[in-house]
Amino acid sequence: MGNDNEIIDNLANKEYEFGFVTDIEMDILPAGLNEDTIRYISEKKKEPEWLLEWRLKGFQAFGKMKLPEWQNFTLPSIDFQKISYYAAPRNKKKYNSLDEVDPELLATFEKLGIPLSEQKALAGVAVDAVFDSISVATTYKEKLKELGIIFCSFGEAVQEHPELVRKYVGSVVPHSDNIFAALNAAVFSDGSFVYIPKVVRCPMELSTYFRINTENTGQFERTLIIADEGSYVSYLEGCTAPMRDENQLHAAVVELIALENAEIKYSTVQNWYPGDKNGKGGIYNFVTKRGICKGAHAKISWTQVETGSAITWKYPSVILQGDHSTGEFYSVAVTRNKQIADTGTKMHHIGRATRSRIISKGISAGEGQNSYRGLVQVGSKADGARNFTQCDSLLIGDRCGAHTFPYIESKNNTAIVEHEATTSKIGEDQIFYLNQRGIDTEKAVALIINGYAREVLNQLPMEFAVEAQKLLSITLEGSVG
Amino acid sequence: MLIIKNLHAEVEEKPILKGIDLTVKAGEVHAIMGPNGSGKSSLASVLAGRENYMVSQGEVTFQGKNLLEMDPEIRAREGLFLAFQYPIEIPGVSNVNFLKTALSEIRAYKNLPPLDAKEFLKLSREKQKLVEFDAQLVNRSLNEGFSGGEKKRNEIFQLAMLEPVLSILDETDSGLDIDALRIVSKGVNKLRSDKNAFIIITHYQRLLEYIVPDFVHVLYNGRIVRSGTKELALELEEKGYDWLKEEAREQEATINA
Repeated sequence: MGNDNEIIDNLANKEYEFGFVTDIEMDILPAGLNEDTIRYISEKKKEPEWLLEWRLKGFQAFGKMKLPEWQNFTLPSIDFQKISYYAAPRNKKKYNSLDEVDPELLATFEKLGIPLSEQKALAGVAVDAVFDSISVATTYKEKLKELGIIFCSFGEAVQEHPELVRKYVGSVVPHSDNIFAALNAAVFSDGSFVYIPKVVRCPMELSTYFRINTENTGQFERTLIIADEGSYVSYLEGCTAPMRDENQLHAAVVELIALENAEIKYSTVQNWYPGDKNGKGGIYNFVTKRGICKGAHAKISWTQVETGSAITWKYPSVILQGDHSTGEFYSVAVTRNKQIADTGTKMHHIGRATRSRIISKGISAGEGQNSYRGLVQVGSKADGARNFTQCDSLLIGDRCGAHTFPYIESKNNTAIVEHEATTSKIGEDQIFYLNQRGIDTEKAVALIINGYAREVLNQLPMEFAVEAQKLLSITLEGSVG
Repeated sequence: MLIIKNLHAEVEEKPILKGIDLTVKAGEVHAIMGPNGSGKSSLASVLAGRENYMVSQGEVTFQGKNLLEMDPEIRAREGLFLAFQYPIEIPGVSNVNFLKTALSEIRAYKNLPPLDAKEFLKLSREKQKLVEFDAQLVNRSLNEGFSGGEKKRNEIFQLAMLEPVLSILDETDSGLDIDALRIVSKGVNKLRSDKNAFIIITHYQRLLEYIVPDFVHVLYNGRIVRSGTKELALELEEKGYDWLKEEAREQEATINA
């Protein structure tokens, strides 16, 4: 702990430490969105005809949709024509080895604490690094290949495993699911692809690190993870962006497919640039994440630590189709300054004896607004379905807000659905108690926050739990007193 | 060690301490007694530096330094410890983690390196044994779901771990059954030395049978109205506080006349 505190101390007083820009030659498509944009992206990526057609269907759906109005914040107007939909480091053909990657790029990821050379890489973690729209490097690929595991960029998967991509892309989040998912279907540039073969337990954490760099670009990546029967994978996503005065749009789609007896654990540590303290700039993080437990006894678990973005708007969900399948959602969302988070989950109980567990911990400071929105839906055939939801809010100061919107729809009278909610404040008494033991207020708050979020942090893989703990402490630096 | 001179304090502009004088030397145990609302716990809060207590007059010197100028965490690092009357619960923060942090902070203040995991564990085991504290409680969240007695015993365990020079026990005996009271007292007695001092705030003489004080003071209406030795506690037990209240009122009447 002493050591932890030192690290926190060292990192203190840095407002947002990932706010730098990498100076690198980029191929950037001029701003604007029409069919040609989509054809350009598809051609640039040498995609097969069926994928182009799918993109165009997405674009058509996008054109017919309006921005939603049910969210608990005022949606800023977004001019989709002012965004550039493709930006990639120049000269990028296909890297045969890391030696061919632009050193500037490698240095960027190094700076972010994501070394891409395998000698230096975190032991036991394979990383796919996505810079603006393009995956630049995937580590440990060969080692994983021996087990039949496919871990590569989405673009590469389209070239090398088209049958898998074609079978599953859009199968969980259709091209017309919602306006941002439709936009993503139309213009997605890259992302990560994972396939775990039958009964293989992936021996290392798979991780994607997303970095937005270029101005006026949106990031639209697509992640597809398929866990075949009886397999297991733990996947982690991290992200940062430079500090800029204008808002940038991040509209990703993540699809998870767990077949019979398979388990997917998906963790996110989201640290996009949140904007400055007056609410200028920052990322709009409008992401669609959904998984399906297709087979019996499958399990999907979402864990998210959300500290960044000007607006976070997402509901990682699970469709519990297989009998006895399990869905979990663990979330810590922090909002401070003028940040907004409207996040939660949806659990669709379709199969018999399906179970879901939702633990949501909101932390609001400054003028931050935090909403939990969740839907637990039990279908008529979901005999013996079981849900437990716990939804806690912690307020720091008196200008922030916490809101809860739990929806329950049950068509089966054998289902048991439980919902618990609490709202608390960090008490002066708690801080004074810790002060009286020699702990200053900043550290006291960090201790209290990490204690409050522990149930969720415990779900994260070890290395990242420590990271997330530090991130929480730093994010709330200066929020109290 | 501690010199309090003419200390006046108020909460929300309401005077609660009206001129306290008290000197505590190393090796001494002082008991402070008095009826409800007399200012006993307020005195503890003022010494520990609780925010909403305003000192309006007087001075407090702690080991030659001006205590009132220090932030609460500095007072703690200087060696002042308050065993709380109502120890607070902090969910999710493990007792161990909290104590490690506290101990590291206090050691850092004295330019000492933090104990490594092994040393800490050793110290923790030693102190658990000393104050008969349940090992399982050490690993649980700080005071969360602890019974009243367990919370109080945790305070004494922390006291043992942090080794303060001046400990203020704010009604540590309230809510303790007789066995717990005996254990707590035994712990405190073992921790007594000629280098540290204790101020024990209590309602009842009972605790003082176990922890024998060198001095007993009676606080009433924000003032120390009487000081004596442990016999004074016995007298109070027998006669109650009314005769002292009466005396105090007469005194006040003379002053005001």
